[in-house]
Amino acid sequence: MIENVDMALVNWSRAQFALTAMYHWLFVPLTLGITFIIAFMETIYVKTGDPEWKRITKFWMTIFGINFAIGVATGIILEFEFGTNWSNYSWFVGDIFGAPLAIEGIMAFFLESTFIAIMFFGWNKVSKKFHLLSTWLVAFGSNLSALWILVANGWMQSPVGMHFNPDAARNEMLNFWEVFLSPIAINKFLHTITSGYVLAAIFVIGISAWYLIKGREQLLAKRSIVISSVFGLLSCLFLVYTGDGSAYQVAQKQPMKLAAMEGLYQGSKGAGIVVLGMPTPGKQYNDSKDEFVFKFEIPKLLSFLGYGDTEAFVPGVNDLINGGFEYTDKDGNTQLAISAEQKIEQGKISIAALREYKNAKQNNDPVKMEESLLTFKESFRYFGYGFLNDPGSIIPNVPLTFYSFHIMVGLGFYFILFFSLALFFVFVDKLESKKWFLRLSVLTIPLAYIASMSGWIVAEVGRQPWTIQDLLPTVAAVSQIDASAVQITFWLFMVIFTALLIAEIKIMTKQINIGPKEGGH
Amino acid sequence: MLETISHLALQQYWWLIISLLGAILVFLMFVQGGQTLIYTLGKTELERRLIINSLGRKWEFTFTTLVTFGGAFFASFPLFYSTSFGGAYWVWMIILFAFIIQAVSYEFRSKPNNFLGAKTYEIFLFINGALGTILLGIAVSTFFTGSEFSLNEMNFSKWEGAAYGLELALNLHNLSLGLAVFFLARVLGILYFMNNIDHPEIIARSKKQLIINAIPFLVFFLLFVIWLLFIDGFAYNSITKQVSMEPYKYLHNFIQMPVVLILFLIGVVLVLFGIGKSILKSCSNGIWFAGAGTILAVLSLFLVAGLNNTAFYPSTFNLQNSLTIENASSSKYTLTIMSYVSLMVPFVAAYIWFAWRSINNKKIDANEMSEDIHVY
Ligand code: HDD
Ligand code: HEM
Ligand code: HEM
Repeated sequence: MIENVDMALVNWSRAQFALTAMYHWLFVPLTLGITFIIAFMETIYVKTGDPEWKRITKFWMTIFGINFAIGVATGIILEFEFGTNWSNYSWFVGDIFGAPLAIEGIMAFFLESTFIAIMFFGWNKVSKKFHLLSTWLVAFGSNLSALWILVANGWMQSPVGMHFNPDAARNEMLNFWEVFLSPIAINKFLHTITSGYVLAAIFVIGISAWYLIKGREQLLAKRSIVISSVFGLLSCLFLVYTGDGSAYQVAQKQPMKLAAMEGLYQGSKGAGIVVLGMPTPGKQYNDSKDEFVFKFEIPKLLSFLGYGDTEAFVPGVNDLINGGFEYTDKDGNTQLAISAEQKIEQGKISIAALREYKNAKQNNDPVKMEESLLTFKESFRYFGYGFLNDPGSIIPNVPLTFYSFHIMVGLGFYFILFFSLALFFVFVDKLESKKWFLRLSVLTIPLAYIASMSGWIVAEVGRQPWTIQDLLPTVAAVSQIDASAVQITFWLFMVIFTALLIAEIKIMTKQINIGPKEGGH
Repeated sequence: MLETISHLALQQYWWLIISLLGAILVFLMFVQGGQTLIYTLGKTELERRLIINSLGRKWEFTFTTLVTFGGAFFASFPLFYSTSFGGAYWVWMIILFAFIIQAVSYEFRSKPNNFLGAKTYEIFLFINGALGTILLGIAVSTFFTGSEFSLNEMNFSKWEGAAYGLELALNLHNLSLGLAVFFLARVLGILYFMNNIDHPEIIARSKKQLIINAIPFLVFFLLFVIWLLFIDGFAYNSITKQVSMEPYKYLHNFIQMPVVLILFLIGVVLVLFGIGKSILKSCSNGIWFAGAGTILAVLSLFLVAGLNNTAFYPSTFNLQNSLTIENASSSKYTLTIMSYVSLMVPFVAAYIWFAWRSINNKKIDANEMSEDIHVY
């Protein structure tokens, strides 16, 4: 089925996807949030007729345009990379996965690109109201495109609404609504777009604070800060709430990811959450080292957040490898977990049965067909494990997942404090005199990017080795091409995206330095 | 409602949609064609600015159509997506690179402190215009010439040529379609400028370039079409699904699907009419004829490639691995869902039309470059 897996190929393909996705994500969150901030500003302009608001709107629109162009440039590659680098994956689940991508193009991208043209070029050509409507539609359009791609990603974390068709040897969609409305997808969507709002709010506040430090553009800066800190605070509260929802979903659907997020090797009843800690470097699942060099934890909270019961058992990495603990399955029955080794065995049986079925079909042997199909169905649950050999290979990179998760969560709470302070200073009208806070605002911009990127590292690194949870590991998902070809494209992407990033940053800082023009851009 | 439609009918419907998207994409490549003419038609900085701004209001549209074309192909014929993209790796990667550098060029070119310099972004636009058109033409031509790939029992694909798609560019038939698309895009770009820009020198140069580009277009296009009518094609038996070579297959397809033949002929006539009219008379609406003609002609070529029991993505390595609209498609359920989604397309087309009309009601001219709006 998959003979001679070339690990160099798999690793280069993963590296390439990680590189391109992370470059894309450098630009996406700002687009998601700033479009709304611009829309609020323009709404005020249309309501009040105050030309200063128009100038503010146009300034942020210029900034948005620069960011948007490179967001588009990095996005196209991701869509096609599913085909170029993960072609087995594209066939194996294309029946389900392709639909959201196509819907995204039809519903969202056209909305975005059509009304962006009006937003940029239509100031003197369409009515004020129509222009405002276009700005709102751009905001909705970009968030709509986030919806579909995140539904697709949510489905990979927890595949639902499909069945395996042994004749075509692929998964087929059975229920679109189950895919679309899966709780993991909904949480993911809400958490991700609000993370974009938070990032954009911090971005706008930070730039405005810089103007205040320089004593320039006072009115623009203060008005921008008012809008953004309200928007940011509300979004951030919701962000923490949806983050909790996401963690709950992870506990239910991806226990290994949860264990990695918490650095938990030895599971226990009444498990606590590590607030601060340092996982022991070099720890393997089967050695006797301590889990942490040091840690500070809140007892029982993990059990409570993950399972709604302070005494619930939370399996650690070792438990998931060795099995032998009790858990409640999705029908509410208590089950005894089997070990990773047994899962791999079952998976191999499943794959072999599928092959037998195919042979029997070719030889027109209905008895054999039925027999092998039965074996296949019984073991299908662990199908993906059959592509693996070593139980240890189902463990993701624990320290990376752990740190990313804790950085994200820590920053989430910090951002709430930050937005509250910003609002407070606005209300007591002390913003200009609080130089330390203005400097802090500028420094918070990179933190927002770090938090946001960490989130994706948790979500994506934490699910390794699975491309689709329990169904298809990366080794089986990859396109069968020369590793050297992928290596070359990896470096090409690295060079070109880095050059474009530098260009973007230089242009952006220049535009900020120039500031808004009279009458806008 | 749509649930009662047969799987085969859905597969044909989706092939029609893919064909239509492909056809519209080729028409919209006038942006790419125009990008290769910036220096040929624009001799002063202002002239080049006019040209780039004229194209700059349309490029997103071509780009989004390409993305949607890809997404729709994935959703409706996933086996094509996995086989072609994962195998002809270099062809697709180069196309993608060409589009990555396009997306930033318009926005970044005229901005101060842009790191690479305006000239570099203009070169990016040229590369996009040249490679994007030629390679897409080559990729589409493989629908008729085939590629060396195999499928295993899991339908996992493997490219059997060591050059991962680069070999396709050496095939003369592929190349002739590639070059035909390239020159067609330039012709359409010129016709678009004649329609969109109000600047006498640019228009005068455009007219001259129109003849210069129309001739190679016709040569390569005729070469491809004549060859197409005489070759053996990849046919499959509708009952056994066995693929075999059939002499004059594509000629037969035209004859057996007379509607397609008529569309094709109308398309070709419209393209010629649009070009001829613009050369002979001083008119600015040639783009509409040539554009509509392009859509019809490309649409019918796609239909000939995939309908009437023809394998649309043939494997020359193992004939029986060739992809047909029946064995490469999504399940009936998914196609049905997607068909519901496709009902939104007329609505999308309507708002695009409305939006463009509202900002495009007058030609772009030198005054507008100094106005208070977003200019590239
Ligand atoms: C949560 C949001 C989000 C996420 C996770 C992704 N994207 Fe994205 N994408 C957007 C949100 C977005 C956006 C906000 O809509 C963009 C970003 C900047 C922009 O201009 O539009 C965009 C642009 C964009 C474009 C260009 C669209 C155009 O023609 O205008 C493509 C093809 C993709 N994306 C494809 C992808 C793929 C295949 C992804 C997954 C691997 C992906 N994006 C992740
Ligand atoms: C834009 C935000 C995203 C970021 C920053 C991101 C990040 C990453 C990273 C770091 C990896 C490599 C993991 C590893 O190999 O260790 C990866 C892999 C991958 N991601 Fe994402 N990802 C994003 C969105 C998505 C979405 C929305 C999807 C699908 C709809 C997706 C699908 C994949 C696939 C198919 C792989 C490759 C296979 C694998 O390694 O599992 N990613 N991503
Ligand atoms: C208390 C605060 C937070 C909690 C509890 C939290 C929780 C989570 C969890 C559990 C995931 C993984 C979801 C999965 O694997 O499916 C996640 C992902 C993510 N987080 Fe957070 N998060 C918080 C704050 C933040 C902040 C402040 C940001 C950025 C500004 C952020 C951005 C993201 C992103 C972009 C992802 C990846 C997309 C996704 O999987 O939803 N999060 N978060």
